[in-house]
Amino acid sequence: MRKSQREIVESSRVITRRGLMLATIQAAVVTVLGLKLRSMQIEHADEYRLLSDGNSIKIRLLPPARGLILDRNGMIIAGNEQNYRVTLTREEAGDVSAVIARLRRIIPMSDRQAAEILAEIRRRSAVTPVMVTDRLSWPEFSSIALNAPALPGVTPESGLSRSYPRRGDFAHVLGYVGPVSDYDLSKIDNPDPVLMLPEFQLGKVGMEAKLEQVLRGKAGARRVEVNSAGREMRELSRQEGQQGATVQTTLDAGLQNFVAQRLGEESAAAVVIDVTNGDIAAISSSPVFDPNKFVRGISGPDYRALMEHDHRPLADKTVQGAYPPGSTFKMVALLAGLESGVINTGTRFFCPGYITVAGRRFHCWSRGGHGTVDVIKSLAESCDIYYYELAQRVGIDRIAAMARRMGIGVHHDLPMSAITEGIAPDRAWKMARYQQEWQIGDSINASIGQGYVLASPLQLAVMAARVATGRAVAPRLVRAIDGIQEPEPDFPDLGLNPLNLRAARMGMDAVMNSSRGTARRMRITAPEWRLAGKTGTSQVRNITAAERARGVIKNEQLPWNRRDHALFVCFAPFDAPRYAVSVVVEHGGGGSAVAAPIARDIMLFALAGGLPPLSAYPDGERAKVQEMWSRMDLMPSAAPKTERAKA
Amino acid sequence: MNYLDYQVAQVPTGWRKIFHLNWPLVFLITAVSCIGFLMLYSVSGGNIEQWAAPQMKRFAVGVVLMIALAFVPIWFWRSISVAAYAICVLLLVLVDLIGDVGMGAQRWLVVGPIRIQPSELTKVAFVMTLAAYYDWLPVEKVSRPLWVLIPVVLILLPTALVVMQPDLGTSIMLIAGGGIVMFVAGVSLWYFAGVIAIAVAGVTAVMKSRGTSWQLLRDYQFRRIDTFLDPGLDPLGAGYNIAQAQIALGSGGWSGRGFMQGTQSRLNFLPEKHTDFIFTSLAEEFGFVGAGSLLVLYVLILGFCLHSALTNRDRFASLMTIGIAGTFFLYFSINMATVMGMLPAKGSPLPLVSYGGTSLMILLMAFGIVQSAHVHRPRG
Repeated sequence: MRKSQREIVESSRVITRRGLMLATIQAAVVTVLGLKLRSMQIEHADEYRLLSDGNSIKIRLLPPARGLILDRNGMIIAGNEQNYRVTLTREEAGDVSAVIARLRRIIPMSDRQAAEILAEIRRRSAVTPVMVTDRLSWPEFSSIALNAPALPGVTPESGLSRSYPRRGDFAHVLGYVGPVSDYDLSKIDNPDPVLMLPEFQLGKVGMEAKLEQVLRGKAGARRVEVNSAGREMRELSRQEGQQGATVQTTLDAGLQNFVAQRLGEESAAAVVIDVTNGDIAAISSSPVFDPNKFVRGISGPDYRALMEHDHRPLADKTVQGAYPPGSTFKMVALLAGLESGVINTGTRFFCPGYITVAGRRFHCWSRGGHGTVDVIKSLAESCDIYYYELAQRVGIDRIAAMARRMGIGVHHDLPMSAITEGIAPDRAWKMARYQQEWQIGDSINASIGQGYVLASPLQLAVMAARVATGRAVAPRLVRAIDGIQEPEPDFPDLGLNPLNLRAARMGMDAVMNSSRGTARRMRITAPEWRLAGKTGTSQVRNITAAERARGVIKNEQLPWNRRDHALFVCFAPFDAPRYAVSVVVEHGGGGSAVAAPIARDIMLFALAGGLPPLSAYPDGERAKVQEMWSRMDLMPSAAPKTERAKA
Repeated sequence: MNYLDYQVAQVPTGWRKIFHLNWPLVFLITAVSCIGFLMLYSVSGGNIEQWAAPQMKRFAVGVVLMIALAFVPIWFWRSISVAAYAICVLLLVLVDLIGDVGMGAQRWLVVGPIRIQPSELTKVAFVMTLAAYYDWLPVEKVSRPLWVLIPVVLILLPTALVVMQPDLGTSIMLIAGGGIVMFVAGVSLWYFAGVIAIAVAGVTAVMKSRGTSWQLLRDYQFRRIDTFLDPGLDPLGAGYNIAQAQIALGSGGWSGRGFMQGTQSRLNFLPEKHTDFIFTSLAEEFGFVGAGSLLVLYVLILGFCLHSALTNRDRFASLMTIGIAGTFFLYFSINMATVMGMLPAKGSPLPLVSYGGTSLMILLMAFGIVQSAHVHRPRG
């Protein structure tokens, strides 16, 4: 069938007309598309660019390295160590159990651990890295890195973790860090976002907690590109965090180590204060524990063992323990009497062994009595009757006031946890506390540091330092922060009559060095380190009249927790005091027999800057001391770090 | 037109036909495809093996096929068009019965190693059939109701089969493609106006019925329509993809983020980045310059097709060329409008650029027939 020419022309005309109409419609559509493209890509490009960046760029915090804590010589006592750990991401791992099985050939893992990790990985989102294990040794870590191709999804990471190289030595004063708990966060109003990082460590107790803000430092940040699943693709920029400030303490690592070992497994506390500037050279509570265990997450059995130990290793007895100071309080009572003018340095009282006040008998520790007792003898032989007489005349309020002047019953501001104020009781205190009138018997008990009087070992050391100097010595723990020295303190004079102070010091000297002194055996024979001290034995139970009639039960026959506390305070050298030391041994027995030798050894170590020559000890003590030294495992003496000085 | 109508002596023969190909069209097609290879390379993150290399291989085969088809005389295509239509309908029935399920719809027919998507084939075959029908139909009868009904049935039969797969997008493409051929063939505009009016009235009636006593759809069906029309109502579902696509597109700015620097595509924020959403990657990495250039290339392809059609006195060739070009136009404009958020999301590839074997091959073969029409156009 041939088509006519007319028909061909007609159909061409139709197609051309309609084709052009169609082209017009198509052109309109294309124009709309082009305009929309223009509007999005040129007019609104900035808005979309912002959205795009917001999609793909995330800020990740970099935890700052925690500030170091140094001893007075620049030795690191709280540092940071590399912690090698391994994380696993489900999305990349594929067959998680197969990967873990392969991982177990490199690092030891119990079946239970493996099951726990597997459950944790299944529970978390596929892209969240889950920690498989940490604290790997370098060989394990590098072996995992080497086997990376066979371990998909396994990422070896290294980060910093707190470590305490001196282990237990500084356990109580420094405290420890641990993972941030919900409870920690609830206590902070506006928590630093860095606290939310899973591996972040927060100071929990002690100096670590109190100086948290100083030690924490500033978090750095990384800008990373993430994909739609939130996985990191690459790092765009990195701003390192700022390490926390280095805190140089007043502590002496060598001395602290000696003190901790000297206290051993006793339930005891010792404080060494440099009387010239208040620097705490050592402050130790025993038994100690290893703070590193807390950083790593202490195991249940380990924690229970610490909690159930009757010597309470977790308590910091140096500042948290409040003990009846016993006879170590006598300097306070004496100075209260002397300063008030009720007695003078020549006043004598007669000690018949007991006195009766308000129908009640008060005994001296010496049943036979001391006879005529003067100021010096009252301290040297620790006559109780002298202070009973004194207390009745001076009154409790003046004794309490003197106690506070000497640092007992007041707060000493140190970066440590739960510092006790102790108690310097007076009439108002008893009324407020018990709604009872003060009784004369209360004064008598208080005069020899019993009854309501309570003091911490720190306060006793401060008292000894104040007696030694006559100045309001205040203890301090921080010498410098980030190299900026704390100002050298200039302690105000206590305003005590120098003659009265001298009497108290001479009394303390006589305790050690007079022929009838209670701690004569514990004297220091080296004349340049002459020791002055005061013993104390404080009862933790009442001795009834009936028991006294039968004969007081010997400490050794009592259960441990019913025995007397043994206390000792001292300072040396007598002529130019440098250190004051206090020692409290809980339920240790007699102050002169138990606490005094510890304090003497600590004092000698502090003065000599290491183990002293044996000649400093009396003949009779040398063999015992040498034997004791041989049992100790002391740290090598920390020589001042010269390389730090160069830097 | 019968082949006897051609002045056969003047039509090039043998290998000389190669000089009479519509070469600008060949170059434009190649250029657009190269943009495709570039983008496939980019969105795979530099892994040429993943998408770019297979696509290039298929393109190479496709171009050879295109030129081979161009050598086949146009009257051959007209002669087989009815048979092709019948085969396509048969394949569509087969797909509905035994087809492979992909993306929640039966679209694939597997014959040994070959996977065929009959709906793609149908798009070309039924354009050819309609062109042949109007070539055969005298011009004055074009708008008579009975002669309008026949092509409508020809369109609706495969459309109904495609809807059953279910593949709503392709069925709309079939209707629109067939409509274009009928429109260019000269069917009275009143029919088009009528169909549009009925469609508008129907949709309006359904939407108006909402909340009344004579509600035509259930509530959840209305809610589905709502999210279909405005994906923003479901920002984490269907809306997420469109929102991310728009972010990618807009953030490209004037000159783009640079080759392989598009964060949206490289970091997997974009869905289907190698297929339906590849235009957003292009727009993100090459900006308005890149996206606009692609649009211009598409318009040029349309232009050369239209020119070829309008200068061809063979009615079948003209209608078929315009029909294929119109389908091509529908492809890219729907895809672009979708990723720019102007149309509800419905899977449709960007022609010559998106990764995908069947659609690329079929398209190149369709252009082969367009070339054949160009080579064998009546001369003198």
